[in-house]
Amino acid sequence: MSSSAHALRDHTTMLRRNLLHARRYPSLTLNILLTPIMLLLLFVYVFGDVMSAGLNGGTADRADYVAYLMPGILMLTVGGTALGIAVSVATDMTEGIIARFRTMAISRSSVLIGHVLGSVIQTLAALVLVLGIGFAIGFRADATPLEWLAAAGLVTLFSLAVTWIAVGIGLVSPNAEGASNTGMPLMLLPLLGSAFVPVDAMPSWFRWFAEYQPFTPVIETLRGLLLGTGIGTTNAVLALAWSLGLVVLGYLWSTARFKREPRR
Amino acid sequence: MTTTDQGPDRPATGRPGPAQSGTDRRDIAIAATGLRKAYGDRTVLDGIDLQVPAGTVFALLGPNGAGKTTVVSILSTLIRPDAGQLRVAGHDLAADPQAVRAAIGVTGQFSAVDGLITGEENMLLMADLNHLPKKEGRRVAAGLLERFGLTEAARKPAATYSGGMKRRLDIAMTLVGGPRIIFLDEPTTGLDPRSRHTMWQIVRDLVADGVTVFLTTQYLEEADQLADRIAVLDGGRLVAQGSAGELKRLVPGGHVRLRFTDPVAYERAAAALRETTRDDETFTLHIPSDGSQRELRAVLDWLDAADVVADELSVHTPDLDDVFFALTGNPATPRTAAEETLR
Repeated sequence: MSSSAHALRDHTTMLRRNLLHARRYPSLTLNILLTPIMLLLLFVYVFGDVMSAGLNGGTADRADYVAYLMPGILMLTVGGTALGIAVSVATDMTEGIIARFRTMAISRSSVLIGHVLGSVIQTLAALVLVLGIGFAIGFRADATPLEWLAAAGLVTLFSLAVTWIAVGIGLVSPNAEGASNTGMPLMLLPLLGSAFVPVDAMPSWFRWFAEYQPFTPVIETLRGLLLGTGIGTTNAVLALAWSLGLVVLGYLWSTARFKREPRR
Repeated sequence: MTTTDQGPDRPATGRPGPAQSGTDRRDIAIAATGLRKAYGDRTVLDGIDLQVPAGTVFALLGPNGAGKTTVVSILSTLIRPDAGQLRVAGHDLAADPQAVRAAIGVTGQFSAVDGLITGEENMLLMADLNHLPKKEGRRVAAGLLERFGLTEAARKPAATYSGGMKRRLDIAMTLVGGPRIIFLDEPTTGLDPRSRHTMWQIVRDLVADGVTVFLTTQYLEEADQLADRIAVLDGGRLVAQGSAGELKRLVPGGHVRLRFTDPVAYERAAAALRETTRDDETFTLHIPSDGSQRELRAVLDWLDAADVVADELSVHTPDLDDVFFALTGNPATPRTAAEETLR
């Protein structure tokens, strides 16, 4: 077998290992999913009437708010799952088996890429689940198949970006607790954007941050695609730029970090 | 970082050790010359030279903090040395670490098993990473699980295994790829006596198969039992190298011990036997002796002639404890045992 065939096999082996972990111990993933699901139900059924009053100059009803909310909840799911990834990478790195991998004649990158691919698959599965709940409580998309495809592509790319950053956070954290603290912004950022309320409704000093942080352009683009309201060039470009930028940054950061000598 | 890099052909300097018993250069599995490693201004390894002939067991003996794990980490490509010429399995460690990795197996001090998955899944993971064909991988995994008495527990998560079982799984995983050189970092630390003896047998079986074993230990008995050659590491330097017998010859210490219960008899004996050392607290006399039958008979005759009757007579041959104490100024096991509980 050639070395590239070996490398490919190492990557699928590591991916399988991570999926096996996720399947064997789904509690972490499920716990993290509780947050976006609870927020979805809370904002729709408890705050729904108040929140919808702030949309479209007061003409919106609860169903409109579900539609507005859903893209944000999906991105909250991405952020939350990423936090779980940071924790599981940090935990994994404290395991002796990682040192074993380092002394084996395997593709070095397979350890991290296995984590990343496994995590993206987990994230997408979580998104499908949350979207299903959204449909169950009355979310209706108004998107052509092409728009659905574009939405799926964007979500996958952005998940990849957030996952690489999460892996980096997991690698720099000494343990699970550290990773869950350092990774908190992954869960908080969607809340500090346009997930729940339009950025226009925010105080001006905060608006600049809310508008340009990575999650908002992605949420806005997703909203445009799913609700058929048009995406706006700025948001689409920003969303792609953030996604690609974070993929590159997260990849370089994580691999550099992994190449470092393990602490004694 | 201090780079005192030495040319490839520079002969090994420093103490040559008691015997470089005629080993051919081609049959050297592990060779290190001038190995140095420092963390900041703390020097961990201060110029280590060692050679391990293929198919033998080499024990690196030393107290905690001596640098044993650092040596293993460097030789197994986990960390990089600051200086030194290193060859493992015929490959230069700096130039071709991946070739070294393909030839070695490592079982570290802290269990390198994936606790979240079962023993069998751990084995199959190793089979995949060693690029074995699926069918062969399953066969090798099942065979090793059987050999190490883990078949029954194979379907349980490794995290639920006892210390001894984890260590056995660890070694079984190391063996999946059929490595010719195996590093065992303190393979029996924390194991109960039975598991320790099982581990010793595993090492003996490996050597019988022609595998080279490099092990570290803080137990003198272990080095004595297993190793063809022993190197004593203390404070980042090798303070002695040789076979167990050669090391024991480094220290005098063989003696016949006579213990008395009656102080009067003790004093009388001490006066009669001049060539002794006294221990007045325990009423014990030490007569130098190599423990051979001939010398023992001479001592007994001498005692009879002096009309000395001790309450207890024992023969004490120098063991590695004496060697260790003499070389490092530290008693090995008691101190390390106490430190072990602190970790």
